[in-house]
Amino acid sequence: MPQEFVPIVLFLLVAIGFAGVTLLPSRLLQTNKYNKVKLDPYECGIQPATDARDRYSIRYYLVAMLFVIFDVETVFMFPWAVILEELGWFGLIEMMVFLFILVVGFVYAWKKGALEWA
Amino acid sequence: MGEWLLFYAFSLVAILASALVIGQRNPMYSVLLLVASFGASAGLYVQLDAPFVAVTQIIVYAGAVMVLFLYVVMLLNQPREDASEWDRTHPLRRPGLARLGAILAALLVVELGWALVRSGTLGAFTGDTSSLASVRTIGQVMFSDYVFAFEATSVLILAALVGGVYLAHREGSR
Repeated sequence: MPQEFVPIVLFLLVAIGFAGVTLLPSRLLQTNKYNKVKLDPYECGIQPATDARDRYSIRYYLVAMLFVIFDVETVFMFPWAVILEELGWFGLIEMMVFLFILVVGFVYAWKKGALEWA
Repeated sequence: MGEWLLFYAFSLVAILASALVIGQRNPMYSVLLLVASFGASAGLYVQLDAPFVAVTQIIVYAGAVMVLFLYVVMLLNQPREDASEWDRTHPLRRPGLARLGAILAALLVVELGWALVRSGTLGAFTGDTSSLASVRTIGQVMFSDYVFAFEATSVLILAALVGGVYLAHREGSR
């Protein structure tokens, strides 16, 4: 277990502790009176007409997929950034070729209207 | 001592979360439990001195892929999967296919058991592992031995992007 990860472990413990401290006392102290109105999305708004869990448009899926693809691209940039100075021009040109091919895809998605919401 | 405790904590979370993924009726909970499982596996990767794999696991799997899964669940909008409501006439629900799935699952268990038994005789790697999978080493190998594979990956990603955009693109919107 490398020492650099001790802060992350501490961060995890604080996050879990915070969630526990906020959720547990309110769970223990709450009164439990059933009222159907409390389960509505808005207690004091207009009457909900349909279920809030509607079908999502496929456009969200497209955006999520583009997110995955550019996320994978970012992963490749981490090791490159760490050793960029050793690599010099060779590394810079290699990454520019890599990025250029992906920008072609980005322009394609843009021109196809995948990023438009009209 | 602390390492063992962390190992067992991460393993327990990973196994429990994975088991609960299958047990949920609401697919939304399944996806969120899968995030927990991936997070715990990332902790195990850190313990194996593979920080790059751990970070990739968090960024790509727990982050991006799970967002994609969530959107797929919301796109299909199947709030729960009840056995009583299954369409028995659907071709995928035929008993023959269900049995094939059961055989494949049993085979996987046998394979995993065999791999575990085999790995005992191989012996563990005892050298210095700290620099083996560091981000620096991965970068050095990626830009020397595997530089062509690295560039080819961009074409692969481009193919995935174009394919996805083409499939999800609504006809006639532009």
